[in-house]
Amino acid sequence: MAFEAPKEKYQGRIREVVIGATKEQGGTRRASIVAGGSGGLQFHRFDAEMPHLPLVGMDVVDTVRVVPDQLLSSIGPVTKEPVEWAKKVDREWGSDFCVLKLLSANPEEENRSIEECVSLVSEVLKSTTIPLMVYGCGIEEKDSKLMEAVSNAGKGERLFLGLAEEKAFKSIAAASMSNGHGIVAFSNLDINLAKQMNILLLDFGVKPENILMDPLMAALGMGLEYSYSVIERLRLAALMGDQVLQMPILCDCSCAWAAPEALEENPDRGSPEVRGVFWEAMTAYAAMVAGADAVMMRHPQAVARLRAAIVDIAGGA
Amino acid sequence: MPTAMDIYKLLPKKNCGECKVPTCLAFAMQLANQKAALEACPYVSPEAKAALEESGAPPIRLVTVGVGDFAVKIGDETQLFRHDKTFYHPTVLGFMADDADGLDAMKTKISAAQSMSFERVGQMIRVDSVVLRHSTGKPEDFLEAVKEAAGAKLPIVLMTEDPKVMGEAVALCPGKRPLLYRATPQNHDAMIGLAKSCCFPLVIGGASSLDELAQISDKAKKAGVSDIILEPHTSGASSMLENLTVIRRAAVKKKFRPLGYPTISVLGNSDLDLMRAALGVMKYSSIVLMKDVPREFLFSLMALRQNIFTDPQVPIQVKPGLYTIGEPSEKSPILLTTNFSLTYFTVRADAEKSKVPVWLLVVDTDGQSVMTAFAAGKLTPESVAKAVETEKVKEKNKRGDIVIPGMVSRMSGKLNELTGLKIIVGPRESSGLPKMLKSLGG
Repeated sequence: MAFEAPKEKYQGRIREVVIGATKEQGGTRRASIVAGGSGGLQFHRFDAEMPHLPLVGMDVVDTVRVVPDQLLSSIGPVTKEPVEWAKKVDREWGSDFCVLKLLSANPEEENRSIEECVSLVSEVLKSTTIPLMVYGCGIEEKDSKLMEAVSNAGKGERLFLGLAEEKAFKSIAAASMSNGHGIVAFSNLDINLAKQMNILLLDFGVKPENILMDPLMAALGMGLEYSYSVIERLRLAALMGDQVLQMPILCDCSCAWAAPEALEENPDRGSPEVRGVFWEAMTAYAAMVAGADAVMMRHPQAVARLRAAIVDIAGGA
Repeated sequence: MPTAMDIYKLLPKKNCGECKVPTCLAFAMQLANQKAALEACPYVSPEAKAALEESGAPPIRLVTVGVGDFAVKIGDETQLFRHDKTFYHPTVLGFMADDADGLDAMKTKISAAQSMSFERVGQMIRVDSVVLRHSTGKPEDFLEAVKEAAGAKLPIVLMTEDPKVMGEAVALCPGKRPLLYRATPQNHDAMIGLAKSCCFPLVIGGASSLDELAQISDKAKKAGVSDIILEPHTSGASSMLENLTVIRRAAVKKKFRPLGYPTISVLGNSDLDLMRAALGVMKYSSIVLMKDVPREFLFSLMALRQNIFTDPQVPIQVKPGLYTIGEPSEKSPILLTTNFSLTYFTVRADAEKSKVPVWLLVVDTDGQSVMTAFAAGKLTPESVAKAVETEKVKEKNKRGDIVIPGMVSRMSGKLNELTGLKIIVGPRESSGLPKMLKSLGG
């Protein structure tokens, strides 16, 4: 008797979430993009349909404070100019979306004013045409006002605002709802917390098609295995039919650049710059193989490596 | 594993007691718990014996390549997902030396493979095997390289589809237990015969479908070769993922014996192959062979392998002790944390961001994080005081204070009492360290 390959069929599937809005949809993006939609484990097209390839986005931070020196010299001085950086992300580096992180709003650091931050968001929207996500500085007091202003400035663009956390989600959720934006729900490496976060948002009135989950991606060598298993479990739970977990997963893989091993000087391990690119590409690849529907990265060469790998493993576009 | 009842059904049910257990049912229970051996029963039928051995065998056979300290074990996996239990045997990585490049290049690569090792989070990680390939070069060069590699310690993979050349190579590594690559639909009779006579493990590949692969492996098994490695056909990462997943499922979930063996992926050094190697580590390749890959990539790949094959039930730990960040003086601040590697690395990275040199006292908590260890009584004022004592903290540092994680502020009083150190309660998250350290100064 011929060998029959065992297939997996799941009753659940991942929701499709639209990011960005075109002119027809009320925004100014050249195209909107879709995260999610898979009916099986990521890239398991032999089991189930995967209508969209996972998305690859890139981040832009508004302060070089958090950009390691090697990365600064590798990507170039563009990292000192967030608008120019965003333009590169859009036009040269082939990113599906851009994530603008307004870290300089942090009252304990640069403490940039809300007006300045919002004008940067507007400038980035004017200078780019890929879908945009905007993250605050992580200090709730500031972010609540900041996100409300960002939401108004990006009216119609279907931005995704982040990060909603268990103890600080109401103001950002309200900001996202008031202008039809989406929201990124953050949880700290725990499947139950991820679920709890989604429930809080749903109860607050956020629609499920407006939520992306960020379950915290730990970089290669920095606990990647925890994230890998949490993502796999989230994905499996969603496929088994848990509707509260069927939101697409977004992983921030720029964390790879904070891993000391990615950039340390150690000739035995080769040049830091080359190693850093592999470090980030592999972190993002692991996130996707585990189940991420979208990743966010920082180095254009790592993005190029990942892109090629996605087409290879998906067996074509 | 069969249950006691499954086993009982196959036993003679004589209750003769000759196995030293009073009844057949009791004996079956001992067998199920691996506390007795089937040989103890003098009356078990050969058919029952075969059936029991078959059902008791692991879903994926454990295969050893090489001998001595550097021998590698692969297979014996029982899961599709690491979180369900663990992945037991880390993917074996091999470096290829091809006779198309000439003997000198082969020798260089053999020694490169031997020297490619790193120490990472307290473990030695390395390239585990050296692969000698006969492709378009001279067989004499290939055999000379085999001789060279046979004199070294790493397990060897012999690559040729020519049974005659393989026979000569095998004769050069007696007792080295190399892996023979490979039996194909074209040459499998001769290769299986060779593997049987030398008892070395054999790769089966070159088949156009998993069905054909299974047929050849079944044939090899029936011919008496049981240490088999499977190489499914692949045209890229997509078919690699599919075939390796199907093989793992067929073995683990269906107990389909002809595919119940470890797997191998042979890759080159193209950009796509590098990512495919990473895929192999995550998705069920027992062996990944590569050629001329950059060491930056290799180190990243080994880190990934360590991560994926970490037992989810046993946290990775760092050695407890007093670590330095930057070049701290006797006036630099001392931070306290636990020896859970993730905690350690996070605290370390955040402290480094401050650019303030500090001492980092890492207390043994069996690899638990701060909150978990505190709740479990593994991070106590007593254990911290003991660490302060054994690491001679007060001799190395004259500040007379210590920064403890904000989450365990409750231990301040007792710790102060035990150590005499002034307790500074640090931030609850280590991301707050840079700000705090800058204000503390050094």
